[in-house]
Amino acid sequence: MKTKDNQGPLWEVFTQKKQGQPFRHSGSVHAYDKTLAIEAARDLFTRRNEGTGLWVVKSEFIIDVQPEEADSFFEPAKDKIYRHPTFYDMPDGVKNM
Amino acid sequence: MKKNTEQLELEFQEKIDNEIKIEPKDWMPDAYRKNLIRQISQHAHSEVIGMQPEGNWITRAPSLRAKKILLAKIQDEGGHGLYLYSAAETLGVSRDTFLQWLHQGKAKYSSIFNYPTLNWADMGAIGWLVDGAAIVNQVSLQKTSYGPYSRAMVRICKEESFHQRQGYEIMTKMARGTKEQKQMAQDALNRFWWPALMMFGPHDSDSAHSSQSLKWKIKRESNDTLRQRFIDKTVPQAELIGLTVPDPDLELQPNGSYKTGEINWDEFWNVVKGNGPCNKQRLAHHKKAHDEGRWVREACLAFAEH
Repeated sequence: MKTKDNQGPLWEVFTQKKQGQPFRHSGSVHAYDKTLAIEAARDLFTRRNEGTGLWVVKSEFIIDVQPEEADSFFEPAKDKIYRHPTFYDMPDGVKNM
Repeated sequence: MKKNTEQLELEFQEKIDNEIKIEPKDWMPDAYRKNLIRQISQHAHSEVIGMQPEGNWITRAPSLRAKKILLAKIQDEGGHGLYLYSAAETLGVSRDTFLQWLHQGKAKYSSIFNYPTLNWADMGAIGWLVDGAAIVNQVSLQKTSYGPYSRAMVRICKEESFHQRQGYEIMTKMARGTKEQKQMAQDALNRFWWPALMMFGPHDSDSAHSSQSLKWKIKRESNDTLRQRFIDKTVPQAELIGLTVPDPDLELQPNGSYKTGEINWDEFWNVVKGNGPCNKQRLAHHKKAHDEGRWVREACLAFAEH
């Protein structure tokens, strides 16, 4: 991605809606440093009380799986259906299981 | 092994047909990317330029309540512009380039913002009609095929509904006020009704980008379908508060849908081409604000690198 831009680097924003809930990706902002980034993220993504917690991280530090590699990367999980509870035969009438 | 373009295109269309969202790093046809860059950046510019007609009334809002609401709404529009610029940037074009294209006249924004806001009721008409039309369009775009654009639309739709309601509240108050106030409300409706209908773009038969956009599911519904939906929702809202839609040919059909007179397309194209009442003023103001903010951006950058 070309970032030859005088808007500052790009930051990814994660918000936590309520205490105890996981942080979720909300979007991204341009900002020059971490103080401005977290303030811009607050103004942009929590104007309606949508935040009890907020993270920003420079986009360049995010590591992701390339789409063309995704199939083989996630392949090991595909044939392990015994990790799911529905795999197991249960006798009729069993309770609280 | 490398796949050839034909194969990639087939797989791409298959994903679209199966409602699988396209993400920034996925393969996509160049024309799809270009089409999205044009549409999303135009949408972003519209949000930001759209702050100007309403900004005109902040210092003259009739009460503190009205002023606070107007400020909040304009701040939302700025925020929506930022969501959309971010979505557009995922296609490989920088924020600065988008602004450059706007300033050079290469990128457009919605023509509705080239009309002046002459009286306070215009704030009502904009919220009710302009945001109302935008909502009809944006609700449909929540299902657009490009992931970042779709997610931006979901956020925007959640925030927009207050905009329309605050506009309709202003119109209701004025329509139920003094004779002069009601006249101002009617005058605002008269001036904004047709431009609001034009927001949906040319008729399907004359729309340059439509059929490919629908096939790629960038757009989910046609211009005329969306326009008709807006008309059918809005006419009864006007009647409810005693205002008259400025269209002598307006007619309720047996199927519950309204038939309207023909839109003045010469006016539409004239404003698109830059000859609307405020085109020059809007762009000049945006350039000025951008140029005058340059020293702030440079100072921040210098401080951050320090």
